[in-house]
Amino acid sequence: MKLVVNRYKCGYCGACVAVCKFDANELIETYLEIYDDKCTLCMACVKTCPMNALEVID
Amino acid sequence: MKDVDYDVIVVGAGPAGSISAKTCAEKGLDVLLIEKRQEIGVPVRCAEGVGKEIEMLVKIDKRFISAEIEKAKIITPNNATIELSADKAGNEVGYVLERKIFDRYLAKLASKAGAEVRVKTSAIGLERENGCVKLKIRSIGEVEEVKARIVIGADGIESKVAKWAGIDTTLKLDEIESCVQYLMTNIEFEENTTYFWIGKKFAPGGYIWLFPKGEDAANVGIGIMPKMSEKSAKILLDKFVRENFPDGNITEIVIGGVPVKGAIETAVADNVMLAGDSARHADPLTGGGIINGMRAGYLAGITAYEAIEAGDYSASFLRKYDERWKNDFGKTLERNKKIQEKLIKMDDETLNKLARSLEGKRIGEISVRKLVIELIKNHPKLLWDLKDILLS
Ligand SMILES: Cc1cc2nc3c(=O)[nH]c(=O)nc-3n(C[C@H](O)[C@H](O)[C@H](O)COP(=O)(O)OP(=O)(O)OC[C@H]3O[C@@H](n4cnc5c(N)ncnc54)[C@H](O)[C@@H]3O)c2cc1C
Ligand code: SF4
Ligand code: SF4
Repeated sequence: MKLVVNRYKCGYCGACVAVCKFDANELIETYLEIYDDKCTLCMACVKTCPMNALEVID
Repeated sequence: MKDVDYDVIVVGAGPAGSISAKTCAEKGLDVLLIEKRQEIGVPVRCAEGVGKEIEMLVKIDKRFISAEIEKAKIITPNNATIELSADKAGNEVGYVLERKIFDRYLAKLASKAGAEVRVKTSAIGLERENGCVKLKIRSIGEVEEVKARIVIGADGIESKVAKWAGIDTTLKLDEIESCVQYLMTNIEFEENTTYFWIGKKFAPGGYIWLFPKGEDAANVGIGIMPKMSEKSAKILLDKFVRENFPDGNITEIVIGGVPVKGAIETAVADNVMLAGDSARHADPLTGGGIINGMRAGYLAGITAYEAIEAGDYSASFLRKYDERWKNDFGKTLERNKKIQEKLIKMDDETLNKLARSLEGKRIGEISVRKLVIELIKNHPKLLWDLKDILLS
């Protein structure tokens, strides 16, 4: 299982970074990076994303 | 040789960062203002509404004003409308900014005051060394280290400076508003009027807004609290727009999160101060963060100057900044957080009842102050809450 961002939906707003307790994502200029090694799949960012751009896949 | 490259490095050229950098530079400090985006101010993450008190912070220039606000309308789930307006027609209570221009204007003020500005330059790490800070930056692909006495983290909702400095500002799912906004044309609304649709039917844990941008376009947006909503902000806004503005066109999409945490315990650590959204300074009731960010930027700037004069960049010296922003707007953050918590729990029927009892009153004819007194007479507690939304 893995968290992925749909770049066609993402609006690079940084809301998902603000709710991540694990420092597992970062908004680099206008590019959202997800660090799989730190991500616990806690879903906080998935619920927060205004655009539904984040999802967990198998 | 100097022991540092700059007295102060400000991370982020939003309203908080530009005012920090301007304040420091005016005090004669060596300042670097860095902004990770290649263009200051875009993509916009804002509905651009501010109260008239902005005039105390910056001289109003027509170039960054897209509309004046004279009236606000609150609409409840059964479409009852409460209206509030300025003393007399023509007296504005606030403005709708053009942030693409406004943010650049503020950065220019910082630059004119003597700050060095660098865009497409991100802070990517922070370390402390011999009482100073080593900030790792990436400037158009080149990584370098810059030394400073103080770093002001004005790096917005996605702040990493806070994390590096050891200040936990992570937002819980009831401490953030998840927002989408469309700049719409071909829609009808009253001039110089802001609209707020409240209630769970529209926006669980938040509200829908319309802020005019001139006569023929408006920001129509939604903020919802992730903890209270099954559906995403975009899905709910699309539904609203379909039902209310079926012929409207969308010429711009704005996406963002607003911190609605209320006052944090501290916005300082050794060598570091946070200002604006990075310090969760936005108002939890209205979501407004521009004015508080600018105020915080100013207060962080003068505290940086004093710290450098004193040669003391420790957290204990910088606590002065905590005291300052808490005395300035921190109390309002706390009070408004409590009101917000109450308001978002209110069921739609209560909101309807409240509005119905006020409908038909010619509230538009009386002053804001008188109106508020009138409202409080009718519904002491609840209406006091609404007043704060209206006067945002
Ligand atoms: C949809 C929406 C509607 C809103 N409506 C209103 C409103 O009507 N009125 C109001 O007052 N407020 C509103 N707000 C809130 C307001 O936009 C913010 O509070 C305000 O922009 C905060 O200013 P700031 O300077 O703290 O942060 P920002 O304006 O977010 O600026 C932070 C800057 O830091 C940069 N940055 C981040 N990380 C780094 C890094 N590592 N290195 C270099 N640069 C970095 C970013 O690129 C950004 O430019 C709204 C917010 C949203 C999302
Ligand atoms: S919250 Fe959603 S839209 Fe915003 S940066 Fe994260 S993935 Fe992109
Ligand atoms: S799922 Fe949780 S841990 Fe992973 S990036 Fe999102 S908020 Fe962070």
